[in-house]
Amino acid sequence: MAYSEKVLDHYENPRNVGAFSKEDEGVGTGMVGAPACGDVMKLQIKVGKDGVIEDAKFKTYGCGSAIASSSLVTEWVKGKTVEQALEIKNTQIAEELALPPVKIHCSILAEDAIKAAVADYKKKHEG
Amino acid sequence: MLKFPIYLDYSATTPVDPRVAQAMIPWLTEHFGNPASRSHAYGWEAEKAVEDAREQVAALVNADPKEIVWTSGATESNNLAIKGAAQFYKGKGKHIITVKTEHKAVLDTFRELERQGFEATYLDVQENGLIDLAAFRDALRPDTVLVSVMFVNNEIGVIQPIAEIGEICREKGIVFHVDAAQATGKVDIDLQTLKVDLMSFSAHKTYGPKGIGALYVRRKPRARLEAQMHGGGHERGLRSGTLPTHQIVGMGEAFRIAREEMKVENERIRALRDRLLKGLQDIEATYVNGDLEHRVPHNLNISFAYVEGESMIMAVKDIAVSSGSACTSASLEPSYVLRALGRNDELAHSSIRFSIGRFTTEEEIDYTIDLMHKKIGKLRELSPLWEMVQEGVDLNTVQWAAH
Repeated sequence: MAYSEKVLDHYENPRNVGAFSKEDEGVGTGMVGAPACGDVMKLQIKVGKDGVIEDAKFKTYGCGSAIASSSLVTEWVKGKTVEQALEIKNTQIAEELALPPVKIHCSILAEDAIKAAVADYKKKHEG
Repeated sequence: MLKFPIYLDYSATTPVDPRVAQAMIPWLTEHFGNPASRSHAYGWEAEKAVEDAREQVAALVNADPKEIVWTSGATESNNLAIKGAAQFYKGKGKHIITVKTEHKAVLDTFRELERQGFEATYLDVQENGLIDLAAFRDALRPDTVLVSVMFVNNEIGVIQPIAEIGEICREKGIVFHVDAAQATGKVDIDLQTLKVDLMSFSAHKTYGPKGIGALYVRRKPRARLEAQMHGGGHERGLRSGTLPTHQIVGMGEAFRIAREEMKVENERIRALRDRLLKGLQDIEATYVNGDLEHRVPHNLNISFAYVEGESMIMAVKDIAVSSGSACTSASLEPSYVLRALGRNDELAHSSIRFSIGRFTTEEEIDYTIDLMHKKIGKLRELSPLWEMVQEGVDLNTVQWAAH
């Protein structure tokens, strides 16, 4: 499997690895995928009072492309509002990382992880 | 000085021992004759070299040189033995038996025989990778004509109870074939005591060249075969084709060295394997695949839980190893051998086969231990599954958002 330089860079030096407390008011946690499928991504966003994502963390069980996709997404969501974060599309992730066709599902999973994290955040702030 | 990647894949193939390479060279250039040429000295000297090598191969397994047939390798030997015997004895019965963890050269040959009208039984193995003799006995039928069981498993290195299976087969008059490609130079093989009728050998797993192998065909009681390669009637009509003198000389020399050095070499390799095992067992949530006692010292197959296969292979590119990922991953085929061990209690793990050989050093083992500690640690740091397990979550109870 030939990986692009960007995938290798994110794989070797993943950005924003770690975790926030799930209980924290401003934190939204999204976990997508399944071990049986070979990928599980956990993405967390920390949202400020102004609705802007101040920080993001991830952990990923999966191949190099899955790790790179989630690492990249933590960089991209920072500084965006939750609504802007939802506009990130898997095609942009795949393009940025030059993912081969067999690895497109990694970018889809990363997009799903953002949606899941935002949904969790919104659930905490309903009403 | 370490050379990268560190070669720990001796079960895939071995380098040709320099002594073997030296022995082969004159038979390519100077002594190039066809061993089948009866009318001049070029042929005679080549024939003598072939017969000397035959004696060396026979000596390693305590057989008569007349019982050794040259082939192109263990795959061809397996084909010749299994198809040859099944077809010869098909008048007696149509049932054949093998094991689910056999090499593809045996399994695919069995599939072909099924297409030809034979009925095949593929035996399960126990959790330790060994066959259950009671289950084997139960699988036998009055019309069983052939049993094929490998001596040493290529993925997990376990040694099957060949002597016991041989006794049962002989008692019932069933032809017994053994694929010994992974066994030569690693376990003692005595065909005077083992009740084996056919045994496959390969040179390149034992520091000989690729492209040459042999099949042992017992003379007393005589095992009969139908030839699969027709032509000039070489090898008593069992395998036609001009004999590759240099390859044969190489296999003979490799087996001579194996016979003379295996005792000392295996002790050295066992010490290295134990060192590797001890070093890797310090890593949490690892387990050995296959029985540790009934196993060649050269093999260590270990699973690392909560680490995905492809990312693990990316992480360990400093070492040349084989991976049989036991969990499903987009690009890694799950190993049918590991699956046959029934280890699906783990939700997610990946395994590596480390195979140690003649040129492995302590320094290489220590480097590998250190590398695995660092890389598995890093990947687990990244793994949400590992995090959940550390928090005490039972992964089997989690509702996964499947995709």
